[in-house]
Amino acid sequence: MSKEGKTKQKKFNCRVDFTPMVDMNMLLITFFMLCSSLSKPQTMEISMPSNDKNIQDKDRNAVKASKAITILLAENDRVFYYDGQPKYNDPQHALTETNYNADGLRKMLQTRNIDAYNAMIDLQVKKRTGDPTLKEDSVYNNKLDAITAGKETPTVIIKALDTASYRNLIDALDEMHICGIGKFVIDKITPEEKDLIKKFESFKGATAK
Amino acid sequence: MGRAQIKKKNVFIDMTAMSDVTVLLLTFFMLTSHFVKKEPVQVSTPKSISQIKIPEKDVMSILIDPKGRVFMGLDRKEDMTEVLKTMGQENNITFTDKEVNDFSIMPTFGVPIKIMKRYLDMKTEDQDAFLGSQENPGIPSDSLNNEFKEWVKVCRDQNPSLTIAIKADQKTPYAVIKKVMNSLQDLRENRYNLITDLKEDPNKTK
Repeated sequence: MSKEGKTKQKKFNCRVDFTPMVDMNMLLITFFMLCSSLSKPQTMEISMPSNDKNIQDKDRNAVKASKAITILLAENDRVFYYDGQPKYNDPQHALTETNYNADGLRKMLQTRNIDAYNAMIDLQVKKRTGDPTLKEDSVYNNKLDAITAGKETPTVIIKALDTASYRNLIDALDEMHICGIGKFVIDKITPEEKDLIKKFESFKGATAK
Repeated sequence: MGRAQIKKKNVFIDMTAMSDVTVLLLTFFMLTSHFVKKEPVQVSTPKSISQIKIPEKDVMSILIDPKGRVFMGLDRKEDMTEVLKTMGQENNITFTDKEVNDFSIMPTFGVPIKIMKRYLDMKTEDQDAFLGSQENPGIPSDSLNNEFKEWVKVCRDQNPSLTIAIKADQKTPYAVIKKVMNSLQDLRENRYNLITDLKEDPNKTK
């Protein structure tokens, strides 16, 4: 009987009160939750053309006018585009205004890049469904590059006015990724193009009246 | 008496399980999180569908606030030390060891080199307040006085494996971004990262 009593007492002593431990842990968790950000920031990798004049000229020649789309980013989230060479003598019809929504810029680019876009979607679906050949990221990226930078795909030139916001630029770059356009470049806007936007605006104002 | 004793025993809740859970959560948070860097200005980055993560180390971050002020940061202490010394030499300013040490532990810097010495002599609280205040013009990046370019050049010479990451506010006018990008292009830094927030890819729902 006396032995039994002893073991019982020992058991009782064994019990450690964890409440302070939990308190402390909770405090630490709160601290970590407040002081840290969970996800690492995302980045968008871009490579710009070099400022070297010789190289730039060569690159310019490589862009076929028929396959080039120039997107002009203006203030207040407005965006215009034109195909190939701008028609400076006919400012009213030289530009088309669009927007950053799904049925604006994206639809325009998708319809012009429909083959590459469909191929890209197929590839993405394959990747998601677990195609064994696409398990390696490098293989997938190579295939994606081959599709998006194919010969028949359009080349997009993005030009922003000084008054456009950084967000506009990112949105435009984002559309390139969404629409599977591998050949795009950020370039400086020319005074002629600035003038074109102004003229286009004034025509629009006149017709609205 | 017997009844009361049983009741007392029931009041004692076993916290072991609770403690297990909290420790698990704590471990999770410690492993998955990384600390928010102290930034002198609040910047809300635009959203994009890009899912590339920024590298762990060797990042040169360039911070641009909506008013167009430019700040910079390096993640390695040794780089910061060397960079300040070199910048001092180029501008004929000698920094004391204490100043260099103070500078090396800063997460972000962004004052014109002319007032760098005065800035480093301030108290830490004053430094933080000054960095974010209106008086501070940031690192000059105009074509006339392009200190930003000098900084980038010195940083690159110091650590060739640096990745450049630009973090700008979504309302920043393109004119400022253009200035920064042009400076980088002049230095033949043609590849860099733009830091963005995550947005859902519209292609994924298909």
